[in-house]
Amino acid sequence: MANAKPRVKVPKSAKAGEIITIKTLISHKMESGQRKDKAGKVIPRKIINKFTCEFNGTKVFECDIDPAISVNPYIEFTAKVTESGEFKFTWVDDDGSVYETSKKIEVK
Amino acid sequence: MNSTTLKWAGLLAAASIFAAGQAIAGPDNNKLMIDGKELVTDLKGPEGGPLEHIYSGWRFRASETQAFELDDFENPAFPAVDLGEELWNTVEGEAGKSCATCHNDASETMKGVRASMPKWNEKLGKPHTLETQINACRTENLKAEAWKWEAPNMLAMTSYIGLQSRGMPVNVQTDGPMQSWNDKGKELYYSRVGQLDMSCANCHEDNYGKMIRADHLSQGHINGFPTYRLKWGGLGSIHRRFSGCMKNIRATPYKRGSDEFIALELYLASRGTGLAVETPAVRN
Repeated sequence: MANAKPRVKVPKSAKAGEIITIKTLISHKMESGQRKDKAGKVIPRKIINKFTCEFNGTKVFECDIDPAISVNPYIEFTAKVTESGEFKFTWVDDDGSVYETSKKIEVK
Repeated sequence: MNSTTLKWAGLLAAASIFAAGQAIAGPDNNKLMIDGKELVTDLKGPEGGPLEHIYSGWRFRASETQAFELDDFENPAFPAVDLGEELWNTVEGEAGKSCATCHNDASETMKGVRASMPKWNEKLGKPHTLETQINACRTENLKAEAWKWEAPNMLAMTSYIGLQSRGMPVNVQTDGPMQSWNDKGKELYYSRVGQLDMSCANCHEDNYGKMIRADHLSQGHINGFPTYRLKWGGLGSIHRRFSGCMKNIRATPYKRGSDEFIALELYLASRGTGLAVETPAVRN
């Protein structure tokens, strides 16, 4: 799998007060830490353990992710938008890496 | 039971399989719009060809399956495309080069490549498929190891390169040195093989649009490969699909990358001349 590349889908524009659906997907191998390699050694856990979404600096959505989540975690949620602005998405990896992306939305 | 009786049993079974599916006939009328652009999914068949009108396999799928392809976010092949893009820019091999070193921006230099493969190669003395072309580049120019036909990296690269031709009409050379390959492919297409004694044409030419048990038979065009098949839960090459078809009719498949499959790939591409490249397509 590619090195953690986030993909996000946010509508380009919405009406004020509209509830929009946001879809996110990040390519990540999500190694659970429960598998063993051919030599019988445990493959160390390496998953994305946290996901957050902020809108103009305010937290909209947040979740912890555990080892049972499969490869390329897909997260979908809704948000109510009242003004134009920018959604900022953050994924936190076990090794401390942070993957970020953002999307603008125009409210008419 | 002798072999003749076995063959008859097979034929009867095949006949009843097709008959069961008269209820749904033909492709649907949906339009394939990706990013506001419409892709050609049906047109008049190539001149001199056996099909009056040709349809992309997309038109034979359930609307839920079709929906996957309408949006690149929903299309499950795209993580692989991302990997392909990454590999494109990754320096590999003793020559210290990446694909991008010579070919720069794939979105310009790889435009139309998928649409014209397999392509005659003078040096090789036979046609290159996208896979063999990539490996030739890797071993000769990058001095890197060749990838296996169905390796994740190979599929990622073929889908990334294929995507650059999306929407362009399939157009392969079938004359000149390709003539004999095309003829060989045609011969394979119409040859009955396997215990069920069926040829490609029995399903994909004589009975497309009908149900073969739970499956809606398409014309078997290859304009969307590598394709993400829900059944596979991942991407697969054209030759993998050929293999699956051959197993279904209880035949021994040729090897991936064999001359037989390359010839068949060429002939099938020529049957689908004019259809838009859909790589990476999504099918059931």
